[in-house]
Amino acid sequence: MEVLIDIVLLSLLVATAVALVMVRGLIASIMLTSVYGLLSASFFVTMGAVDVAFTEAAVGAGVSPLLLLFTVAVIGRKERAPEGGAVLVKSLLLVVVTGALLIVGTLDMPPFGSPDAPAQTHVAPYYLQQSGAEIGIPNVVTSVLASYRAYDTLGEVLVIFTAGVAVILILASSSHRGSARLRNATVPDGSPHTILQVVGKILIPFILLFAFYVQFHGEYGPGGGFQAGVIFASGVILYGLLFGLPTVCRVLPPPVMEVLAALGVLIFGLTGVMSLLNGAPFLDYSVLADDPVTAQHIGIMVIELGVGITVASVITAIYYAFANQLEPGPN
Amino acid sequence: MSTILAWTSDACLLVGSFLLLTGALGFLRFNDFYARIHACGVTETLATALIILGLLLQSDSATPQFKLALILLFVLFSSPTASHALAKAAWNAGLRPRDNSGKRGIPLPPRER
Repeated sequence: MEVLIDIVLLSLLVATAVALVMVRGLIASIMLTSVYGLLSASFFVTMGAVDVAFTEAAVGAGVSPLLLLFTVAVIGRKERAPEGGAVLVKSLLLVVVTGALLIVGTLDMPPFGSPDAPAQTHVAPYYLQQSGAEIGIPNVVTSVLASYRAYDTLGEVLVIFTAGVAVILILASSSHRGSARLRNATVPDGSPHTILQVVGKILIPFILLFAFYVQFHGEYGPGGGFQAGVIFASGVILYGLLFGLPTVCRVLPPPVMEVLAALGVLIFGLTGVMSLLNGAPFLDYSVLADDPVTAQHIGIMVIELGVGITVASVITAIYYAFANQLEPGPN
Repeated sequence: MSTILAWTSDACLLVGSFLLLTGALGFLRFNDFYARIHACGVTETLATALIILGLLLQSDSATPQFKLALILLFVLFSSPTASHALAKAAWNAGLRPRDNSGKRGIPLPPRER
């Protein structure tokens, strides 16, 4: 049964990818990107990677198509006619070479699910067997991500933070400062989206509540800071879409979001420094309390909170920066 | 009792699947945008509700039942709203319904014209 679902989902993925290449309208390709994200999320669920599926459903199917839509709204929805032969040959060559390299890369990979794969023989057995005694939380994914490989996770959070800073730097201009600065904007009255707003008002509190559940339940079930951050940001973005950018900017001011993005990274880094000051390696939480296992709990909670704050505020700030392109400037 | 539950559950699942099929067929066959939305929206809300109801009757413990009920509530909220959003966006973009011959000349209520 599961194999059947896998086959159907993968065929749909391939069909979506082919359609994505074939369609010319930019809006249609964006919607196909969203479909692709949703199908990938379903596929991740059947593969047992529910943590990844959360993020993919929120970012791949929701946020990134939305950012693309904002871009299309600014640049126009028609793709330019294909260029002449030379460019076509060059790009075909580039694509063929890249594709060939990727296929060559897969030849060295171990068979799917092989017990001899490096992923199963290197450090994974240690993590799986010792996690219960050393970290003491049921979700091994969280203990690997937040404790054993916390240094890698710090790198990921920094990547997200850097991406947010880069987006704001690229899109900011003299008339659009920061992610969004709507000093003179007035909230439009007489809104045309009444039904959507009413349903949104019912659903958004539960989306935000679910984000907090995912944040604080990450030690026991699928979830954690990254997933909670993107779900929280999707709730905020939904509110912004239904009620307009000025309204959501009054609820969560853009400067606050920018500061929070840095604060999350700071919380993560300072937890590592706390370990250093207590005489342990960077990000080794076991010295943060008298009992090492309790200390691991505290450390994981704190850094997941930092991750959640950074992810939620970076995605919200990126949304502000994109949506702000459509707002009239101060002049 | 359990036989009746099983039969009801099977009937719900069967009718739900049939409605899903009609929705997909309508989506492929209708030539007007609003008719297609109708095919997807109405049948899919009802079909999803029936399928979840059928699954609800099959499960015997409280946790999955509660989760299924929540999913049902979410679908009942979000699916008609999504259809409404699509139809409204199309209307605001200037798309008008066609009649069976493919012309966009259906007379509209005076206020909407």
